[in-house]
Amino acid sequence: MARTIQSLERAAAMLRLLAGGERRLGLSDISSSLGLAKGTAHGILRTLQQEGFVEQEAASGRYQLGAELLRLGNSYLDVHELRARALVWTDDLARSSGEAVYLGVLHQQGVLIVHHVFRPDDSRQVLEVGAMHPLHSTALGKVLSAYDPVAHSEVVEAEREAFTPRTVTGLGDVEGLLDLARARGWAADVEETWEGVASVAAPIHDRRRMPVGAVGITGAVERVCLDGELRPEIIAAVRDCARAVSRDLGAGRF
Amino acid sequence: MSETPTTSSHGHGPFIAAIDQGTTSSRCIVFDKDGRIVSVDQKEHEQIFPKPGWVEHDAAEIWTNVQQVVDSAVEKAGITAADVKAIGITNQRETTVLWDKNTGEPVHNAIVWQDTRTDALCKELGRNVGQDRFRRETGLPLASYFAGPKIRWLLDNVEGLRERAERGEILFGTMDSWVIWNLTGGVNGGHHVTDVTNASRTMLMNLHNLQWDQKILTSMEIPAAVLPEIRSSAEVYGEAAGGVLAGVPVASALGDQQAALFGQTCFNQGEAKSTYGTGTFMLMNTGHEPVNSYNGLLTTVGYRIGDQQPVYALEGSIAVTGSLVQWMRDQMGLINSAAEIETLASTVEDNGGAYFVPAFSGLFAPYWRSDARGVIAGLTRYVTKAHIARAVLEATAWQTREITDAMTKDSGVELTALKVDGGMTSNNLLMQTISDFLDAPVVRPMVAETTCLGAAYAAGLAVGFWSSTDELRANWRRAAEWTPRMDAATRDREYKNWLKAVERTMGWLDDES
Repeated sequence: MARTIQSLERAAAMLRLLAGGERRLGLSDISSSLGLAKGTAHGILRTLQQEGFVEQEAASGRYQLGAELLRLGNSYLDVHELRARALVWTDDLARSSGEAVYLGVLHQQGVLIVHHVFRPDDSRQVLEVGAMHPLHSTALGKVLSAYDPVAHSEVVEAEREAFTPRTVTGLGDVEGLLDLARARGWAADVEETWEGVASVAAPIHDRRRMPVGAVGITGAVERVCLDGELRPEIIAAVRDCARAVSRDLGAGRF
Repeated sequence: MSETPTTSSHGHGPFIAAIDQGTTSSRCIVFDKDGRIVSVDQKEHEQIFPKPGWVEHDAAEIWTNVQQVVDSAVEKAGITAADVKAIGITNQRETTVLWDKNTGEPVHNAIVWQDTRTDALCKELGRNVGQDRFRRETGLPLASYFAGPKIRWLLDNVEGLRERAERGEILFGTMDSWVIWNLTGGVNGGHHVTDVTNASRTMLMNLHNLQWDQKILTSMEIPAAVLPEIRSSAEVYGEAAGGVLAGVPVASALGDQQAALFGQTCFNQGEAKSTYGTGTFMLMNTGHEPVNSYNGLLTTVGYRIGDQQPVYALEGSIAVTGSLVQWMRDQMGLINSAAEIETLASTVEDNGGAYFVPAFSGLFAPYWRSDARGVIAGLTRYVTKAHIARAVLEATAWQTREITDAMTKDSGVELTALKVDGGMTSNNLLMQTISDFLDAPVVRPMVAETTCLGAAYAAGLAVGFWSSTDELRANWRRAAEWTPRMDAATRDREYKNWLKAVERTMGWLDDES
C-alpha cells in the first residue's frame, strides 16, 4: 500500500465530522471524537480555515464547513455567464476604440471566441462567435497562455504554425513574449496571425484571481498602430475593459 | 479610410439626463452627444403585495428615489446643472397614482400594471359587448393592465375620494405625470401633464384625435378634473424646480416600451424592436395612422415629437420569456444560473422532438386564451434535460414569430429586420434561433440601455441638442447581427409542430375564471 499523509487523513475526517448534519462543533468535541490532542486538532482546523474549507463562528468559537467547499463543487465559470457579464463593457470598448471586440476562452488547443462585438461603423460584418483562434500568435491566445497554466502547456506542446513572416514560433521566443505579457498585463499581435491586422488583449480574472478568459480588440494595423507602435489609448481601453469585467465577476481591484 | 477613433468622449459636455422610473427600480443615466453612457445610478423600491394578484408601489418612496438617483448620477458624472441641456422621462406604463393637489400626498399606494384587482370591473365594463367595447377608440381590449379601470377602482374604494375628485382636489397620473409634477415644483406650481404614449395606455384617450374621450370617461365614471393635459412626447413641459438639476428643462416623456422603440431609432414605418426581459414586448412603427388589429395585438401611440404628426405602433407582448428560464433555474433546478440555459441547450443539436409552451397564466397575443395552461409536448424516452432547455429557448423564438406574423397580417408590412435589446440578448443561441425562425436578420445595437436612451433622445430633440431623427439614426451602432441559417423545410415542419403543441394547451381550465 502506498504511503499516506496522516495530517491530510485527519483533515478529511474533520470535514466528514463537520458535514454530518447541520451542526457546529467546538474544538474539544472535534479533538475528542477523532482521538486527537487539542493542539493537533487546532493546527489542522486553522489550516482548513485559512483555505476557506472551515469557518469559525465568532460568538461561540465553534467550527462549521466553509463556503469554499461549495465553490469547489461548481468552480467552472460558465462561458455564457462570462458573456452576459461582459456585454456592457465590451460594447463600451468597441465604442471607445472604434474596433471590433472579441472575448475568448481556452478550449482544447486554441482560443474559442465566445463573444464578438462588431466594429462600430456601418460595414457588413459577420458574427464570429464559435470560431477558434490559435494560442501562440493571437493577442487573446498569448494572454491566456501567459496566465493560465493549462493554456501554457498547450502552447508549449502545440505545433506552432507560421501564419505570416512575423509569426513567432520558436519555443524560447514564445516564452519570452509570454513573460513580457505577464510583466505588462497585456499582449499584442501585430500581423502575426493575419496580414494587415493587429490586436491587443488583456486577461479577465474571477473572484479567486483565476484567469477565466481574455478580452481584446482587433483592427487594421494602420488604425491600431501609430508610427509602428500600438496606440497607448487603445491598450488602456482594453485593460480598463478587462478590469471592469473582472470586477463584475468579483475580482478585487488591482 | 476611417476617422481617428475617439477614446474618451466622457467628460465633454453638454449632456442629457434620462430618468427611467421602472417597475422594480428608478434609474438615472447621463448620456453624452454620441449617445454613450457617462454615468448611471439606480435604486430599487418596495413591491407591495397586499393580496394575491394585487401589486402596489409607494409613490412617495418612488419620488424620493428618483431625486436620489438623479443627484447621484449627476455627481458620478462630475458635472453640474449647467452641463445638462434637458431631462427626459421614461416610465413603467399604466401604473396609476392619485394624489392630493394641495398637499402633494398620494391618497393610496399606486396600483401597478401587473395588478389584477380590476379583472371583474373590466368584465362589468364590457357589458354586453365584451372586452373590445372601447377598442375602436383606444386600440386596447378591456384588461386589468390599463389605467382607466384602476382609477375607477380607487374612486370606488377609497373613502370620500370620488367627492374630492369631483371638487377638483385630486390629480391622476401614470408615473410620468407623477414624476414631472413633482420635478417641476409639485404643490408650488408643478405641471400636471402626460404624454401621448402614456395617455394611450389609460383606455381613456381617443387614438384618432389624441384627446380624452368624454364618452369613455362617462362610461367609466371618471371625472375629467383629475386628468392631466395630454402633450407630445418631446417638448419642454417645464423646468426642474429643485435638486442638483434645478432650472434644467424637463423635455420628454415616453412609456418604457415606446422609449425603447425610440432609442432603437425605429423611425420608419415597418421598423420593429423587441425587448427580451422577464417578459417580451415587441413594437412595430406603423406610420401616421393607427392600424386596427384583428390578430390580437394592441394599437398604441409610438411617439409624437412636438407638433409633428403622431407615429403609431402595433404592440405584441409575450408574458413568459426570461421568467421561463428563471423557472428552469428556481423551480426545476436544471441550471444554476440563467446564462447556463445556453450551455445546456448547446449540448444537443435540436429539441429531440420536445416543445414547451409556457402558457403559465393562459395564452396571450395573438390567442388571448385564459383557459390555456402550459404543456411540454412530444416527450419520448429519448428526450433529455438538454432538449427541454432547447425547447425553452425555442418557445421564446416561436412566440416572437407568432407576433411578427400577426403584425404582418395587421399592417401589411413585411418585417425586414428585428432590432433586439434586453438582458436575454446575451444569449447567442436564442438570438440565432429567433433569426432562424423569423427567416430575418436579428440585430443588437451597441447601447443596451435603449429605454433610457430613447427618453434622452426625445428630450434632446425637444431642446435642439440633437437636430433631427436622422442625426439620432447616425448614432445607432450595430453590435451584432444574426442571420438565418435554417432551411425553409425544417422551419415549416418545426412551426407546424409548435402550433400543434400550442393547440394542446387550450381548454385546460374547465370554466374561464
